[in-house]
Amino acid sequence: MPKTLAEKVYDAHVVRSAEGEPDLLYIDLHLVHEVTSPQAFDGLRAAGRTVRRPDLTMATEDHNVPTLDILSPIADPVSRAQVEALRTNAAEFGIRLAPMGDRDQGIVHVIGPQLGLTQPGMTIVCGDSHTSTHGAFGALAFGIGTSEVEHVLATQTLPQYRPKQMAVTVEGRLPEGVSAKDVILAVIARIGTNGAAGHVIEYRGSAIEALSMEARMTICNMSIEAGARAGLIAPDQTTSDFLQGRPHAPQGADWDAAVAHWRTLRTDEDAVFDAEVVLDAAELTPFVTWGTNPGQGLPIGESVPDPAAMTDENERRAAEQALAYMGLTPGTPLREIGVDTVFLGSCTNGRIEDLRTAAELLRGKRIDGNTRMLVVPGSVGVKLQAEAEGLDRVFTEAGAEWRGAGCSMCLGMNPDQLQPGERSASTSNRNFQGRQGKGGRTHLVSPSVAAATALTGKLTAPADLADVAP
Amino acid sequence: MQPFTTHTGTAAPLRRSAVDTDQIIPAEYLKRITRTGFEDGLFVAWRRNEPDFVLNQPQYADATVLVAGPDFGTGSSREHACWALLDGGFRVVISSRFADIFKNNSTKSGLLTVVLPQADVDALWAAAEADPTTQVTVDLQARTVSYGATTVPFEVDEYTRWRLLEGLDDVGLTERHLADVEAYEAGRHPWLPKALPAR
Repeated sequence: MPKTLAEKVYDAHVVRSAEGEPDLLYIDLHLVHEVTSPQAFDGLRAAGRTVRRPDLTMATEDHNVPTLDILSPIADPVSRAQVEALRTNAAEFGIRLAPMGDRDQGIVHVIGPQLGLTQPGMTIVCGDSHTSTHGAFGALAFGIGTSEVEHVLATQTLPQYRPKQMAVTVEGRLPEGVSAKDVILAVIARIGTNGAAGHVIEYRGSAIEALSMEARMTICNMSIEAGARAGLIAPDQTTSDFLQGRPHAPQGADWDAAVAHWRTLRTDEDAVFDAEVVLDAAELTPFVTWGTNPGQGLPIGESVPDPAAMTDENERRAAEQALAYMGLTPGTPLREIGVDTVFLGSCTNGRIEDLRTAAELLRGKRIDGNTRMLVVPGSVGVKLQAEAEGLDRVFTEAGAEWRGAGCSMCLGMNPDQLQPGERSASTSNRNFQGRQGKGGRTHLVSPSVAAATALTGKLTAPADLADVAP
Repeated sequence: MQPFTTHTGTAAPLRRSAVDTDQIIPAEYLKRITRTGFEDGLFVAWRRNEPDFVLNQPQYADATVLVAGPDFGTGSSREHACWALLDGGFRVVISSRFADIFKNNSTKSGLLTVVLPQADVDALWAAAEADPTTQVTVDLQARTVSYGATTVPFEVDEYTRWRLLEGLDDVGLTERHLADVEAYEAGRHPWLPKALPAR
């Protein structure tokens, strides 16, 4: 029977299948961070259990990490205790940890690919919904809760039900200044914030094949914002070029065998998807969100929508609540929305390519005098590479702040937060109420829109900059 | 996990769609390393900022069944969202559609998530608003939601129902199949990466 890529990966990991029960799926890599793991380790201790495969488990510190003064102890005692709990647990259960100050530290979804631990055809889980990021390599990767973290630690498996299959096909060439972030924001706006519930999304088509690994990770990362269980992209030459030579990538004869296997990881021609969404790359423009969920987005040339024009009652009520929270008036052109803060970073857009894209727009210029810009590399590795390329100086000379690696302003768990009423253009993944700090107002954007917005102080597409006086 | 058989209580009508887990419990409460005591973070921003928020209304303060709009529990995978609802006194959440991870987490923590068609949710909202003392019974044995003269069926897969009725721990269930896990491990590709030792 013809199969999709996701079905092939799923089937290759079924340990046990029985009528009327979920399948038991083997997990090739378990990534762990400080927030969703302490209760799982406590559960192991209470039951007298061990970690079955510490060699398939990797931990790091990211959510609570301050991005300034990173070598001092964390000032917030509650954050510090959570990070210290991870250190204690990693030591007790024999798990490798990349702590603050370590060369391998960073956002969990940035370091997995960076180290070459993320490879095609694997199953990867983490107590974090953005685990879908790793699907960019053709892995089946998904977020889990703390009870499931405990289950994977104890057994290296998870009970799972077979997901449905959705294809998102993007054909053609993306216009200049339009990026992976715009593609995925457009997809989410099309199908809704839970529109892919129960499905794994496979992204395919010529526009997807043309993307770099960093861009593919941006797209897969936000699969969860469309409600998908996971999102993935078939591995190809771009994938193996990215992996070759990384610390945990196969070497020698193993490399050849692995690549030969990776070539089989494609959706069969006659495979059937339960749903399909088709986008024309050439019609896409920079996309920004206006509301309080990632599905409430529009092309930057549009205006704030009018809830009164919405026919679905739930949609209208949600839009009214969103506009009240965001302090926006229907009909306002999105380009006229002024922002206080620009955040460039996160597991969505904190990779080297994202920093290069933004730096190119900022080189030799100054950001708007009333706007602050935080640039936060996704990992220490990204930070060091950016500094080697001189990108840190481009940012600081433009008036932006160059920070240490971590989740930073993507979520309010560390000192980088919006103040009540403060408005941001953010390259992160969630514009939920209070996500970036209590009362903060978030517009999700791509790295190039973030940089252009920092220069003007208003939501701006890179193509608009030609009209701006130097 | 606390078993769930049947539950009777009053219902809180939460007329919002796409309630994300950041609203159920914001990130700052996730710094704690315990598994209980999250009731102070439950819907805290809405409770603080919106005087007429449903859970600020005294007639719904003791509700144990939350009736929400579609797409409840989107966003972050934090199981703390389920824990906060349980700690806040809820045993059941009813919606026409849940986000996958939230629904999955709920089955691991003993919070029952019930999917009903939006028309049934609308009727339950109307009943709880007309009379906040309306007793709602959610019977997992019979797979029904009942209030007043109304009884509506709901679907739940047999395996999840059995686990919830018995309050079973998944790890214990999986440990019965360790021989299958070992057999699987023997056939894994040799080139697959190991995090240890560091290279």
